[in-house]
Amino acid sequence: MDDLLILNYTVSPDDFTRAGEASSNVKRKLKQIGVPPDVVRRTAIAMYEGEINMVIHANGGRITVTIGPEDITIVLADIGPGIPDVEKAMQAGYSTAPDNIRNLGFGAGMGLPNMKKYSDEMTIDSVPGVGTTVTMVIKMA
Amino acid sequence: MTVQDIKDLLDARLLCGEEFLTREVHTACGSDMMSDVLAFVKDQSVLITGLCNPQVIRTAEMMDIVCLVFVRGKVPDENMIQLAAQRDIAVLSTQLPMFSACGILYSAGLRGGASIG
Repeated sequence: MDDLLILNYTVSPDDFTRAGEASSNVKRKLKQIGVPPDVVRRTAIAMYEGEINMVIHANGGRITVTIGPEDITIVLADIGPGIPDVEKAMQAGYSTAPDNIRNLGFGAGMGLPNMKKYSDEMTIDSVPGVGTTVTMVIKMA
Repeated sequence: MTVQDIKDLLDARLLCGEEFLTREVHTACGSDMMSDVLAFVKDQSVLITGLCNPQVIRTAEMMDIVCLVFVRGKVPDENMIQLAAQRDIAVLSTQLPMFSACGILYSAGLRGGASIG
């Protein structure tokens, strides 16, 4: 498989009931094309946490998933408020999510740590007032 | 332990996934915080939760969870049940509270799996 498969998604803002549809779609596609189950699961979880973050914090955004022979790259880009202190946001348990989100089972401050844990590489480019782009790479082997 | 065993032990009602009653369940997770559930990958797992919204089904889907148990008599709506059915997840509902449901399954031999994964 030398060709890259590129999947694009738009995540709608404030629609918590639909959050996760993009990740679900990617998961099924990866399964279909025979990606190893462990890689499928890590990709799905990392992307799902990112997708949820977009809905909670950033008024939605765009996700591009590039599937290559060696790895999968997920780019989550939003034009939300940005992350003022990325280091702090990466701490397990640190959360700025409002109570209504916590009541829905999220906002425990585990989203970004989980994304880092399940990906092989993760970078966060964030400018307050401009937006955030998170890039995650998951290796096939 | 199978999904059928869990159904019997918890005196639970099956809401979807009759074809998965014979599935083996190896580990369990009891939580209302989905991010905590997402932090630890387990194999052939059942998720016991008091939270009842579509993201519970999504979380189960991402984690390859084989069976969902809603405690305290919570019953997901038709859309959630449909979503679970489409994703091959068996869904149970029990009147028992979380603590009792987990205790019964633990006493019957089900374990939580690796603590740090």
